[in-house]
Amino acid sequence: MKHVEDSTHINSRGTVFVCGGTGCISSKSDQVRAGLDGEITRLGLAKAFEVKFTGCHGFCQQGPIVHLEPEGILYTHVRPEDVREIAESHLRDGKPVERLFYRDQVTGAPIPYHRDIEFYEKQQRVVLHNCGNIDPEDIDDYSASGGYESMRKALLEMTPEQVIEEIKHSGLRGRGGAGFPTGLKWEFCRKAPGQEKYMVCNADEGDPGAFMDRSILEADPHSVIEGMTIAAYAIGATTGYIYARAEYPLAIRRLRIALSQAQQHGLLGHSILGSGFDFEVEIKEGAGAFVCGEETALMASIEGKRGMPRPRPPFPAQSGLWGKPTNINNVKTLATIPVIISLGAEAFARIGTAESKGTAIFALTGKVANDGLVEVPMGTTLRTIIYEIGGGIPDGKRFKAVQTGGPSGGCLPAELLDLPVDYETLTQAGSIMGSGGMIVVDEDTCIVDFARFFLTFTQAESCGKCAPCRVGTRKMLDILERITRGGGQEGDIDKLQQLAETVRDGSLCALGGTAPNPVLTTLRYFRSEYEEHIRNQRCPALVCKDLVSYYILPDRCQGCMICLRNCPVGAIRGDKRLIHVIDQSKCTHCGTCLDVCPPKFGAVTKVSGEEIEVPHDPIPVSPSK
Amino acid sequence: MTQELAEILAPYKGRRGSLIPILQAVQAKLGYLPEEAVVQIARFLGTPESEIYGVLTFYAQFRTSPVGRNLVTVCRGTACHVQGGARILAEVERRLGIKEAETSPDMEYSLETVACLGCCALAPTMVINTEVHGQMTTKKVAELFSKTKGEGQG
Repeated sequence: MKHVEDSTHINSRGTVFVCGGTGCISSKSDQVRAGLDGEITRLGLAKAFEVKFTGCHGFCQQGPIVHLEPEGILYTHVRPEDVREIAESHLRDGKPVERLFYRDQVTGAPIPYHRDIEFYEKQQRVVLHNCGNIDPEDIDDYSASGGYESMRKALLEMTPEQVIEEIKHSGLRGRGGAGFPTGLKWEFCRKAPGQEKYMVCNADEGDPGAFMDRSILEADPHSVIEGMTIAAYAIGATTGYIYARAEYPLAIRRLRIALSQAQQHGLLGHSILGSGFDFEVEIKEGAGAFVCGEETALMASIEGKRGMPRPRPPFPAQSGLWGKPTNINNVKTLATIPVIISLGAEAFARIGTAESKGTAIFALTGKVANDGLVEVPMGTTLRTIIYEIGGGIPDGKRFKAVQTGGPSGGCLPAELLDLPVDYETLTQAGSIMGSGGMIVVDEDTCIVDFARFFLTFTQAESCGKCAPCRVGTRKMLDILERITRGGGQEGDIDKLQQLAETVRDGSLCALGGTAPNPVLTTLRYFRSEYEEHIRNQRCPALVCKDLVSYYILPDRCQGCMICLRNCPVGAIRGDKRLIHVIDQSKCTHCGTCLDVCPPKFGAVTKVSGEEIEVPHDPIPVSPSK
Repeated sequence: MTQELAEILAPYKGRRGSLIPILQAVQAKLGYLPEEAVVQIARFLGTPESEIYGVLTFYAQFRTSPVGRNLVTVCRGTACHVQGGARILAEVERRLGIKEAETSPDMEYSLETVACLGCCALAPTMVINTEVHGQMTTKKVAELFSKTKGEGQG
């Protein structure tokens, strides 16, 4: 019992936060949490510590994440079997478990405190301040960190016009991608004639490789509800919808919990906080259509129709949901609103650049050491985000490109790493800010295949309503597929360029308008790689299956039979202690032989645009080996 | 089944914009949307069946045929693509003997892909039923399917 008293003395009620984001739960953080609860009870430490399940902490690469407050110690890659040691050594005996500390990427030195880790150190967490630090299923946690104070201020001390002025003054622009000034958008809706108006939260985060909205919804759902209520008050809407992607079940579950708690606390519903303002929110689950992230398609989907966009004008602010004035904002935009009201527009506007105010949130993924959720002031360079926060490219590989804005964005080369990230700069470079996906690729990614990948997605997700997008994306994809299969022809690059411009300029909505961006930017920055594919049938990154060949190097092969047994199509001939030979006419280029060849032999090699001289038939392995 | 459906539909009476939530609720119950269910939904809403098919074929979530006892979903997101997701899909297809959007003849497995699961740090990822498997390799695919095979939830 002495230990318990000691711990209580040192930490008056410490909190053990366990990350409960989708990423960490997939790595069994739910078992870690349950284990910690059990250990704390077993050791009689319940008075000294409590365990809380948070939303995404953002440092996904190192998950599951456990951190202890107020000490600020952070543990990485915590598995259920580590729980006992954390409880006994750290919580009971006061000795932190060093082997679970984050290690510096360069020196390998253990770093106990999260504030000292570069990934966090270089960030400015304004909108994400609660993420990973509160229990998203407990409204009291949110309130204790100042939650719903901005709503109280807006509803009780400000007129709707004052709220709109404040947001306009802050310079906030839509975080969904287009970057339209939020305050102005609200004002249009406020001024639109009609009593019945709608407030919609766009949580249909469909960009592959993007998880900013999901993380906020999972980690801090009340901030979105608070922002949405303030927006509804400003525009004069009494009904709200959150259109959320069905592929995010945890986010939807936490939103439902948050909505019902807000309702119980009188923060939603009839005459909120006695202000006389009524507001109800309903969740609409998407059904798997990327185009529904486009606002007119989203509204059609809420109405129960096929989610197809329509021409604008009329803009939703005039005629939106069921023909009524409607305001639609992205999750991140709404989560920023309470911050602006509480900091004040001026303080908020001091963050960022002249044209792009505040912070930008990115889901940093791909070939980068620290995958995760990153919030930085607008104007931070790509280099800072990728190298200082993201820790650079792992495995000693070379940076090749970064794709911002997902399939609607562009692919930027190493020469542009010092570009500041803001709406205008990225657009000038041919990319877009987008909703915040940031995917880093290294030398092992083929740029033509990368463009083909994005086009495959947008082509499949094109709703088919307008011809430029429906036919144009198909035609572009046909050409890209042909090039990656070795059938590229002279003139393909010009055709791609023309098609891309036509689709960009002629499409009805932003899906078609931005779908050519990956093609246009890769043509602009990586043209020679296209030319290699077309003229020499060579894929420099060794990715395009039809342009690579596998060979077994006779001076390395030990005749061990592993590749021969694993080849799915029986293309490898040989025997014990006989050098194996790949029959090139049977080989399907699946790469299994390269995967299974023991690294100590390293006998399988992959090449493109060249042939390697090997024996025609299996011959004995040299006896000296 | 008619009674069962009627119970699912009842709370939506008179609510506008309820077609998609109805289809989601029916599919959650039955696993897919059989023709008879569509006919009944059409009657309930007073909408032509053609319109309902128009909506349900538009959205990737809806199925018109039953799903296997085990649902395998391979992520095709960008992070997964960059980390070799295409090879994972190819290996799963080879192991199960079915292609994307197919169900094995013994109804043991259905294979689907998803545009992104949002846990990109674990790329490449796949889901078997509700369990997420991260940092997949072709070797891990082999291990998973020798383990899961024959352990249907059915």
